[in-house]
Amino acid sequence: MVNKDSLNPVALDVLKEIGNIGAGNAATALSNLLNKRIQMNVPSVRVVSFNEMMELVGGPEETVAAIFLQIEGDLNGSMFFVLPVEKASVFVRQLTGNNEFSFNKPPYPEIGLSAFQEMGNIVAGSYLSALSDFLQMQIMPTVPDVGIDMFGAIISFGLIEISRESDYAIVIDTEIIDSNSNIDESSIKGHFFLLPDADSYRKILTKLGVGTL
Amino acid sequence: MIVESKVVKVGIADMNYCKAPNKIRTSGLGSCVGVVLYDLNKQIAGLAHVMLPDSNLAKGKTIHKAKFADTAVATLIDILEKEGVWRRQLKAKIAGGAQMFTFNTKDDYMRIGPRNVEAVKKELQRYAIPLISEDVGGSSGRTIEFNPETGLLFVRTVNKGTKEI
Repeated sequence: MVNKDSLNPVALDVLKEIGNIGAGNAATALSNLLNKRIQMNVPSVRVVSFNEMMELVGGPEETVAAIFLQIEGDLNGSMFFVLPVEKASVFVRQLTGNNEFSFNKPPYPEIGLSAFQEMGNIVAGSYLSALSDFLQMQIMPTVPDVGIDMFGAIISFGLIEISRESDYAIVIDTEIIDSNSNIDESSIKGHFFLLPDADSYRKILTKLGVGTL
Repeated sequence: MIVESKVVKVGIADMNYCKAPNKIRTSGLGSCVGVVLYDLNKQIAGLAHVMLPDSNLAKGKTIHKAKFADTAVATLIDILEKEGVWRRQLKAKIAGGAQMFTFNTKDDYMRIGPRNVEAVKKELQRYAIPLISEDVGGSSGRTIEFNPETGLLFVRTVNKGTKEI
């Protein structure tokens, strides 16, 4: 059972390092894909209540563009790559060369959704393959799905399995920042959220020899 | 006298109630279901933000009542009865239970939205509470707000606009 005070400092550092390695690799992949500099902040690892989780990206009602996939294999859990709608639109415009594209209002052209999904596939795949190498564990992502919707409605999908056991989630959150953006700084951050289930945390920490939570 | 109305906010896996002129609201329902039980005469309404269909799914020792359809409906009735509402006067409106993502996975984990809706309806039947209206399923997130004075449930979605049911 995950409790509010259950993360010891060593475990915390290990989980941060996982966020670092995964998101670092993903940021590089994104940077290559878009041919621009992508910066990454130091990951934060937090034990949050579900309601605190909802506040991580501007509240449960905030509209976001998200890539969601599940992890299977030696680890189980969910992963999200969440972007502000405007940022996702900019990325898709760059990928497709269609300067009119926007996620602001449905219906979204299929080509844009596909491009966004493929971007998610590459980025999330980079995150997870770095993780797999580091942990020497087999991690199989499902094909990612795209959601343009309220943050709460999207992220709660990653909490379903966790919620059977706990009222808290351990979230490894890494922000990425597109450095030559001309949009207001506060609105351009993307987030990687890795939400392994409780058993998987135990496996990670055991594997790395830092005991249990 | 001017009475200012407040909006009581209910978080995920949480429940609360309010009396007119106040309203009650929960945001960002995806596969979760918002269950409103109300008595129009007494102008009171309870709202639960349900995550999972059945408390049998719980792995932990303690059961968080608002999280599961079965325990949430029962507890919400208790809360409203303590406020002097008769169970027979209660009516229900529900919204949510979307299937936000559409993977083919090995279990019916992804069908959690429809399963939540089915479970809530079963509980309402158990207590013979009539379901007056619903806005469930689909693939859109919802924010809902109930007004116990009018009995109307306001539903907002990102992709499909707003409505009152």
